[in-house]
Amino acid sequence: MSTSAFDAVVPVVCVALAGLFAMLAEAFRGKTEKMPIGGLAIIGLLGSGFASILLWDRNASSFGVVTADNFALFVNLILVVVGVLTVLFSSETIERDGIPAGEYYALVLFAIVGMMLMAQSSDLLLMFLALETMSIAVYVLTGLRRDQANATEAAFKYFLLGAFASSFFLYGIAFIYGVTGTTHLERAGAAIAAQSMADSPMLLIAVGLLIVGFAFKVAAVPFHMWSPDAYEGAPTVVTGFMSTGVKAAAVAAFARVFLSALGPLVDDWTPVLWVIAVLTMVVGTVVGVSQTSIKRMLAYSSIAHAGYLLVAIIAANDVGKASLLFYLASYAVTNVAAFGIIAMLGSKDSANDELRDYAGLAHSHPALAALLTVFLLSLGGFPPTAGFIAKWYTFSAAVTEGYYGLAIIGMLSSVVSVYFYLRIVVMMYMTERDARPVPPPVPGIAMAGLVVSMIAVLYLGVLPAQVIAWAEQSIATIF
Amino acid sequence: MMVTGVPILTLLIALPIVGSLALLALPNRDGSKDQTMRLGALAISLVTLVASLFLWAAFDQSAGAPAFQFVERHGWIPTFGIEYSLGLDGISLMLVVLTTFLTPIALLSSWEGIHERVKEFSIFMLLLEAAMIGVFVSMDLFLFYVFWDVVLIPMYFLIGIWGYDQRLYASIKFLLYTMAGSVLMLIAIIGTAWLHQQATGQYSFDLLKLYELRVPDHLQYWFFLAFALAFAIKVPLFPFHTWLPDAHVQAPTPGSVILAGVMLKMGAYGLLRFAFPMFPEAALAFAPMLATLSVIAIVYGALVAMVQPDMKKLVAYSSVSHMGFVVLGIAAMNVQGVQGASYQMLAHGISTGGLFAVVGMLSDRRHTRLISEFGGLKAVMPRLTAAFLIVTLASVGLPGMNGFIGEFLILLGAFRWEPKFVVVAGLGVILSAVYMLWMFQRVYYGAVTSEENRHLPDLSVREWAVIGPLCAMSILMGVAPNLFLAPMEPAVTRIVQRMEAREPMRVDAGWRSWFTGPAAPVTARRAGEGQ
Repeated sequence: MSTSAFDAVVPVVCVALAGLFAMLAEAFRGKTEKMPIGGLAIIGLLGSGFASILLWDRNASSFGVVTADNFALFVNLILVVVGVLTVLFSSETIERDGIPAGEYYALVLFAIVGMMLMAQSSDLLLMFLALETMSIAVYVLTGLRRDQANATEAAFKYFLLGAFASSFFLYGIAFIYGVTGTTHLERAGAAIAAQSMADSPMLLIAVGLLIVGFAFKVAAVPFHMWSPDAYEGAPTVVTGFMSTGVKAAAVAAFARVFLSALGPLVDDWTPVLWVIAVLTMVVGTVVGVSQTSIKRMLAYSSIAHAGYLLVAIIAANDVGKASLLFYLASYAVTNVAAFGIIAMLGSKDSANDELRDYAGLAHSHPALAALLTVFLLSLGGFPPTAGFIAKWYTFSAAVTEGYYGLAIIGMLSSVVSVYFYLRIVVMMYMTERDARPVPPPVPGIAMAGLVVSMIAVLYLGVLPAQVIAWAEQSIATIF
Repeated sequence: MMVTGVPILTLLIALPIVGSLALLALPNRDGSKDQTMRLGALAISLVTLVASLFLWAAFDQSAGAPAFQFVERHGWIPTFGIEYSLGLDGISLMLVVLTTFLTPIALLSSWEGIHERVKEFSIFMLLLEAAMIGVFVSMDLFLFYVFWDVVLIPMYFLIGIWGYDQRLYASIKFLLYTMAGSVLMLIAIIGTAWLHQQATGQYSFDLLKLYELRVPDHLQYWFFLAFALAFAIKVPLFPFHTWLPDAHVQAPTPGSVILAGVMLKMGAYGLLRFAFPMFPEAALAFAPMLATLSVIAIVYGALVAMVQPDMKKLVAYSSVSHMGFVVLGIAAMNVQGVQGASYQMLAHGISTGGLFAVVGMLSDRRHTRLISEFGGLKAVMPRLTAAFLIVTLASVGLPGMNGFIGEFLILLGAFRWEPKFVVVAGLGVILSAVYMLWMFQRVYYGAVTSEENRHLPDLSVREWAVIGPLCAMSILMGVAPNLFLAPMEPAVTRIVQRMEAREPMRVDAGWRSWFTGPAAPVTARRAGEGQ
């Protein structure tokens, strides 16, 4: 089979087509007719995942700007998993919340298109377009429930600050172009390396602007202000989707830009990222402790996790790059599933996300409580779950580069984070339920998704060797 | 060997896990199957006990036997040389048997006190047992750390769900304290594995390979501190002991029995198995400091125990004091000291487990543990009084009981090393007699002070089954110590020999490296050096 020029975009096209069909289906749907649009989305996503597996180890590239190296494909697969789980958890909740299915699924799919392209682009301009595709879809998803004031507020905040950050990013690209004469990552990297422009102020400004843009998207401190509000206001399933998908795509692009094109400047950006990573881990966990809304708590938790991901980028060695992918995989599954459970426990009028709402959940929903406990333990980094292996892997990367301080701060902050994860467990298992209504039982399809997630979390925690091997193969071909 | 070819250690870990999964599958929403759950869990733990006794019988304790026996080795995460590797020497063997011995007793002691969510309780107890066995038989540091952390989760639930009024505070404090110490140890573990990679080109978490690694002084300093902190919190050593009284007082009786009986030993075991042999130069340099902290713990624990109005808290502080002896013996690092420390671990597990069990029986009857609520119980419950007396005397260290052997050997070892510590530690021996016997006197002698106590029932058959084996073991260990010392002997000698060839490093080497940066490159130890 010869490599055709379109190979590298096949995974993206599969999702995009599914998105278009979802829109069409919505347009031709009768007022009361029910269509399995979610199933359509899953087919598109699985097709994309299948294409990604077929492209494995082939290093395909299309149009000179889209690359399908193993790194991007690994991220694609993570995004497919995130997408499928999101769809499974959405089927019931969007009906409950009165969200139009066609629009919803189309937006989710288009966001995934943007995310995949972000991971796959080898040109900064395409990366910007992908970033915008993703962001605009996610802005809309955040504010999809127009009947709720805080959703609208969240979407508006997210949009304004996001647009601001995007312009930083674009400005950074302009500077890169100004210095190197290209926006292509490889050529820009070669130019930077060849001319040893380490001290060029233009280049340093470019690096700074790009850091701001990426740090905003991954919700790193001090560019995290939007995320608790956006996460809280968005429909809960969407929160799970954007706290994992957006983060995975942004981190992948972050790593690609900084470890390839800006690799020669590593000594310049490492100290900056070091400070950002420490702030992110510490602020994320410490502020998380004082939250009473579980959605906000998990928003701060995912800020902290962005910090751990930055640790892997800072380490900038092979262990770090592979651990980045492993961390993304385990974090994505865990976090989507955790938000999925929270979404399941909400109702049309209220998200039911106050800590008190979880009192005695182990009595009314023993299975759900046990699942949520597993996911929270994984987020907290307890063995034998995925989260533990991920943390161990990431901090191994830091230690092998001699960043003991970073590792110690990271580990201690994860102990602090355990405190707030356990507050939820305490509520579920050790507190009596008051007179609040018991949430409805969980639909079978969502339960299946949750059980699969739990198996994945335990599999990654107990037998991680295979996925670690894949992650290592993924970084072998690039950077 | 009798069991060649059978992965008996894996089996030993798997038995309680499989058992707990079986219990999980049994529906028990309305609590109608509570008794089935209790019996099932008890049966599983008894089977595990029998399996561990087979292990003991098959264990080769002659001097020429291999250091670690029943070794199993399978690749786990090959890139980092992480293996699922199990094996045990005499010290691990005795601690495994202690675990399997105390678990059925703890389960049995719960039948009166635990009425809610019996199914979950049984599952957590069995998972706890599996994880504790895993801690003692892991030969790979990564695997060890996994079990070490997994132990926390069931214990956290045991305290948090079935504990007393302040259980939430106590359970979270317990968990966070232990975690804070252990994450630093994880970083040190990663660092050591990475040093192995620097020296040999391959990552390894294998204990035996890491024993051969000569860790440069400046890193050894920090790594030892990280390990020692994790273990000192677990032991617990003064001043890291503050989680213990809370956890013990709030935990349900079976939780206390396991916590005091087995989990505290994990800390001492860690010092003996990992911290000292892996970082010998740093360990020798810090040994006087550890010994100082441990004699402070001995005296301080005893003094605080003396003034406790609550029996459970009194026993908890007595644990601080007694575990101080264990650390003192380890710090002495000669044959008597280490032997005594290992023996004291077992003895303390039995006698303190017994104390918590008896206090639990009183608390089941009266729903209070305050000493002032009791008095003159001897006339009401002569059998329970006799049982309490036996475990009390065992705990005090009366000659002929198990506590005596351990403390005596530890003091002997410490005297050979540094007599000044013995002077203070000896004070602890006297104080322990004071607080234990005083408590005993106030609770059991004199006239019956409270009307409510006049008609308390004496030991039931079930309670006999709980306290009988503990009493018997206290006496057996006191009169036939060699039965338990002999299997540990080769392991103890090996550890001590490994340490004897070493010179302590300069204590300020770690701080200095902060300013001067690393000096010597990493090398593997020359073959033949050590071991």
